[in-house]
Amino acid sequence: MEPRPRSFYILAAFFGLFLLFLYGPTITIGILSFQGPSGGLTFPMRGTSLHWFYDLFEQQAVGDIWGSFRRSFALGLMVMVTTVVVSVMGGLAFRKRFRGSGILFYLIITSLVIPSILISLGVGLIFSQSGMEVHWSTSGFGSQLTWTLPFGLLIMFAVFNRFDKSYEEAARDLGATPWQTLRHVVLPIIAPSLIGVALFGFTLSYDEFARTLLTAGSYNTLPLEIYGMTTNVTTPVLYALGTLTTLFSLLIIGVFLGFAWWSAKRKARAGSDAGKGMV
Amino acid sequence: MRHKTLSGWLMAMPLTLVLVFFLVLPIIMIVIVSFWRATEFSIIPDFDFENYEFLFGSNVTYRVFLNTFKYAAITWALTLAIGFTIAYFLAFHVRTLTWQIALFLLCTIPFWTSNIIRMISWIPFLGRNGIANSTLISWGVVGEPVDWLLFSDFAVILAFVHLYTLFMVVPIFNTMMRIDKSLIEAARDAGANGAQILWNVIIPLTKPGIMIGTIFVVTLVMGDFITVRFMSGSQSANVGRLISNDIALLAYPSAAATAVVLLLTVLIVIGLMLRFVDIRKEL
Repeated sequence: MEPRPRSFYILAAFFGLFLLFLYGPTITIGILSFQGPSGGLTFPMRGTSLHWFYDLFEQQAVGDIWGSFRRSFALGLMVMVTTVVVSVMGGLAFRKRFRGSGILFYLIITSLVIPSILISLGVGLIFSQSGMEVHWSTSGFGSQLTWTLPFGLLIMFAVFNRFDKSYEEAARDLGATPWQTLRHVVLPIIAPSLIGVALFGFTLSYDEFARTLLTAGSYNTLPLEIYGMTTNVTTPVLYALGTLTTLFSLLIIGVFLGFAWWSAKRKARAGSDAGKGMV
Repeated sequence: MRHKTLSGWLMAMPLTLVLVFFLVLPIIMIVIVSFWRATEFSIIPDFDFENYEFLFGSNVTYRVFLNTFKYAAITWALTLAIGFTIAYFLAFHVRTLTWQIALFLLCTIPFWTSNIIRMISWIPFLGRNGIANSTLISWGVVGEPVDWLLFSDFAVILAFVHLYTLFMVVPIFNTMMRIDKSLIEAARDAGANGAQILWNVIIPLTKPGIMIGTIFVVTLVMGDFITVRFMSGSQSANVGRLISNDIALLAYPSAAATAVVLLLTVLIVIGLMLRFVDIRKEL
């Protein structure tokens, strides 16, 4: 291999600084969440303790953290499943290049670029003016879909742009029905990327703030609860909560990435017997 | 042909329903309400241009819109410079695919965690007694704590760059990975140096990725209200905050009118950008 140019080392240093910039603050509040009971929001550490984590488990000290966590988790799962199903169907539909698909495509782009607060405001107004009650599982759920679906569909477009149609033709030539082709050929091939869509669906929903602001109703989701805390909580309990939810997010991301890695491996093993010979 | 249209729409039906009910109808509702009137307790159907007259008649509006564009422009320039450099390093200097994927994932993981917590996590850095100030003091750069680190335009831009650089890295990296490496070899064989290859080969071929990243960053910054509110300590305003303030005062018609103008502004900006790039082809 040829030696690395000097620019490599400069760029590598820049990359390292960028990672520090990305992760440094999060790591800092991770450390500060172990502040002693008399510690404040910044360094120095006044002893180390789990005081602020214990605080989180006391109902009175902070709001309804655990209730909002449960709601956010349930909502994340709902949004995840819906995003995967709707994106796959949408992605398959767009392959047909049907009449009117252009308009639908521009709607997807609009959904992606529209300021989140407009969705919040519009959905909130519709519900209040028609006498319906806003609730995280109805209006909140739909509002979040307008954010997760464009990502799911963009991934599906990218997947199908690279999809080799000859697999489907081969299945058809062997007498497979359209449903069999989809079930036994197309879906197994795109399965690893569906994990990606699911990851986007869950995490974007779990962290969404602006689109649920006016659409979650009287029961807050976790980001709304955390935001409420920023205005009246001035102790490291905020950091403890931040650290816990970040760890939870990292756990979820790890599970998804591990699953994606495993399924790509499995696909590589099952998908091809090239070079194995006839012996 | 007709069969294809029908089955296409059937497959796209769930998607269409979600977009109609939670995107198209809300937009229509906002447009309608922007012509209504508000009393202290309720909003009343009407057809009245008063909200718009007030909006366009107020100096605050122009200042706030200008401020919004300022945030967008500065954030865009910074995220582009950083994002391009990072993507360039990953695509052309990291040699194995495994490392490329691993480092790329390291850049993307924060995107899947909470934005609000990532904003909060700047407090210990930027606060009056924060890490930045104590470092500056111990180096003797400043005599006493600098006040403008947290709760200022500086903090707002910093948070934007922190949150949104990823939206530049991903599309630019994606287009760079599709550049045929033989083009770069050809340029080198023809005697081009590194800078010339970068300027004459890589940057032109990366333009679609840059455009997509630009669309993301500009729309996210223009539509934001929470970052500006939190990081400026309610001292600066952008259009999103104008809307959210009206909402807090239950002045929905006025919020709706501002929202219509903001939406039109964003759509015009995006429409201009889409003329330069075919998104579907680039995915």
